[in-house]
Amino acid sequence: MNTGIPIQYFLILATIMFFTGVYGFLTRRNLITILMSVELILNSVNINFLAFNRFLYPHKLEGMFFSLFIIAVAASEAAVAIAIIINIYRRFTTINVEDVNEMKF
Amino acid sequence: MAANQIMFVIFSAMIVVFSILTVTSRRILRAAVYLLFVLVSTSGLYFMLNFQFLAAVQLSLYAGGIVVLIIFSILLTSHISQKFESSGWKKNIFSALAALTGAILSIITILDYKFSATTEAAKEVNMRLIGKSLLSVDYDGYVLPFEVISVLLLAAMVAAIVVAKKGAPKITGLPKINQ
Repeated sequence: MNTGIPIQYFLILATIMFFTGVYGFLTRRNLITILMSVELILNSVNINFLAFNRFLYPHKLEGMFFSLFIIAVAASEAAVAIAIIINIYRRFTTINVEDVNEMKF
Repeated sequence: MAANQIMFVIFSAMIVVFSILTVTSRRILRAAVYLLFVLVSTSGLYFMLNFQFLAAVQLSLYAGGIVVLIIFSILLTSHISQKFESSGWKKNIFSALAALTGAILSIITILDYKFSATTEAAKEVNMRLIGKSLLSVDYDGYVLPFEVISVLLLAAMVAAIVVAKKGAPKITGLPKINQ
């Protein structure tokens, strides 16, 4: 099944993906691109959970269910975040994080 | 090289290249499409790890749901042809430095650690087992997180509708501050 691919390869791949997401989170200014970076980070964590589940504890299903719940949380987070972004756009007509700096209404 | 190794190389190359393009692309719609490619190749990795159910969930929920939602909101909030201006070289360099440091530290730790697998027989992951585990209250059951996640999804749905509704609701009963 997984012969010839050590677990380290999956973990290194997830690490690269995670820190690419961190880089995007730090440099981007548009709220939607920041949300996309967060999705990258969540996905890399999912890969980690599944690799641990498959390689180290194949008789259990904990990693799989954890990833399932992470996907559900990511979906609801994206829905709420996009609702907030659209509301911000309606009030400020921009979604640049540096222009949205007042919380009073 | 075996077939699955070649597949792994292809998927990981796609993931690395497209995730870097996602965070560096100047055009926001292209960044969203690159994110779609990353998510699809991630689901390919899930298929390689023999988690077919999760790969299907990933394809339908991420690639079908979240990316469409993101593209929708991009079209609502910005021009398609709009290009971002570059965000200062100082910020870029320091962010890249932070990300690289973290990545190198993590990779060194991963390569150093000796992973020891259990010797127990692998479990076949089929739909019946997933459904039974999700709704069982035994030691291996996940009914509590299942219920919590359903409440969370309901709350997120209500919150999304309330927040994105046109016109802010009038708040009564609160004292007016400098208006």
